Amino acid sequence: MDVGASWYLVLAAMIFAIGALGLMVRRNPLVMFMCIELMLNAVNLTFVTFSRELNDIGGQVIVFFVLVVAAAEVTVGLGIIVAILRRRPGITADDVSALKG
Amino acid sequence: MLSFVQPNIDYHALAPELVLVGALLLILLVDLVFEDRARWATSSLAGLGLLAALIPIITLAVNGHDRSMFGGAYVVDNFALVMKAVFLLAGYVVVLMSTDYIGEGDYYEGEYYFMLLSSLFGMLIMASARDLISIFIALETLSIPAYLLAGWRKRDLKGNEASLKYYLLGVFASAVMLYGMSLIFGVTGSTVLTDIRDGLGSGESVPIITVGILFVVIGFAFKVSAVPFHTWAPDTYEGAPTPITAFLSVASKAAGFVALLELVFIAFEGHEEVWKPLFWILAAITMTVGNLIALRQTNVVRMLAYSSVAQAGYMLAPFAIAGDLSGGNVGAIKAVVTYLIIYAAMNLGAFAVVIAVARKTRSAELSSFGGLFEYAPGLAVLLAAFVFALAGIPPLGGWYAKLAILNVLIDASTPWATVLAVVVAVNSVIALFYYASVAREMLMRPVADGDRTPVTIPASLAASIGLCAVSTIAIGVAPNLIARFSDLAHFVS
Repeated sequence: MDVGASWYLVLAAMIFAIGALGLMVRRNPLVMFMCIELMLNAVNLTFVTFSRELNDIGGQVIVFFVLVVAAAEVTVGLGIIVAILRRRPGITADDVSALKG
Repeated sequence: MLSFVQPNIDYHALAPELVLVGALLLILLVDLVFEDRARWATSSLAGLGLLAALIPIITLAVNGHDRSMFGGAYVVDNFALVMKAVFLLAGYVVVLMSTDYIGEGDYYEGEYYFMLLSSLFGMLIMASARDLISIFIALETLSIPAYLLAGWRKRDLKGNEASLKYYLLGVFASAVMLYGMSLIFGVTGSTVLTDIRDGLGSGESVPIITVGILFVVIGFAFKVSAVPFHTWAPDTYEGAPTPITAFLSVASKAAGFVALLELVFIAFEGHEEVWKPLFWILAAITMTVGNLIALRQTNVVRMLAYSSVAQAGYMLAPFAIAGDLSGGNVGAIKAVVTYLIIYAAMNLGAFAVVIAVARKTRSAELSSFGGLFEYAPGLAVLLAAFVFALAGIPPLGGWYAKLAILNVLIDASTPWATVLAVVVAVNSVIALFYYASVAREMLMRPVADGDRTPVTIPASLAASIGLCAVSTIAIGVAPNLIARFSDLAHFVS
């Protein structure tokens, strides 16, 4: 069976959808972080696939930027989570609701 | 064998960013070396650094010719210079507001200004970015410090919640935007905005282009807090330190609009059929929902938060009529830039007065503003001036901003544009109710708790209020001042 570029693109779209859905459904902040990572990695997979299809190295360069930024984002996110857990251990995203949107 | 070719780097064009980076590194160093002894100096350093970064902007403006670097990814044109000056001045006002707020509270001072300047650095890059990668990097450089600043009161659960909500939705939005960018890169094979415009023009793979454009626009709709992607804004604005609320509602929102202007009017030009209806809906529901919810707020900061959501709706309106203007899209860009500049002055001013009053009352509830006119008439008049400016009442600045938006909507002379103009007009009337309720509270209600001790205003906070008041009134009386700048603000491309 021939595995072409569209397979990778569909896979990336599915991973992205799983991440987006998970972010909306799950309530554990750490699992929500993992879902964000899934979404960003789906983006990376799409960029790499297109980069190979178009024979353009630019797409792979973007992946490095996305990886670095994702690392910085997770560091900040974990810092925020630690600040919250220090005050209220065992918290979920639903419990963080002192402010009503 | 390929030899290394040094890219052409124009240091004069990069000077504002370099000065800002120098200032923020100096702040970090001073905080590290002198610790508690020199922490008071960090706010002055931040303010001076921002003003120093304005100098190269002026020399670049005097010099006049447009500069382009890195294969067209980084452009210093008049649009970029005008927006950079707005970001730096807004940042300076926020530093003035923060000086005593942060100095008196139990906060980290050095790191606060470091983060604030880092975020502003991202905004400066955003004004020059003409490439998907640099737009993404600019967005993250301005957002990541902002997530931390929103939660600066880290021992306060509300502060934590503000930070967490902003972070989760902000990161989700950038992931959505990135996925859209990856699809656009896939179709056009380029990340430079002008090449994308040419690449998208060929008209193939329409479904992928549509999804890509939708995802990118939705990603930035979170940033500018457009309904239905605004849910983070009121909570984050209430929980964050008030100077940061002012910063997010003005500078961060302006950065989102700058990115939208660049993407929509350079890269996606020629695909109006995809994004025009989207912007029409976003603009109409953003201003309507923002104003209707603002009507029932009892907390002034939350009310200003919903008001800033509604103001974003007015600014989205010119996007919905692109292509219908006889003079091209330049008119729409000018209207948005005009609104952004005036909105920055009046909204920062309103927050500065709220900070001044909250120094005494320790509350931002509407009832705590009762009888303000009796014991602090100056502040009461200024706050009334700022909220009436936001409502768009002449001769204060806001009317000219509203006029600029209505002008382009009517110029477009299509049925949809006219309907949107009516929606803007109706919303301006609705907004008047809650803006007037603040004035009524200050003038006619009894003093809260009967406490009539006068409000003490530190010098730097007074300076920030004064700067905003002078510019709000000056723009309202002589709108030509601002028209000169926004006339400059169009893309070279």
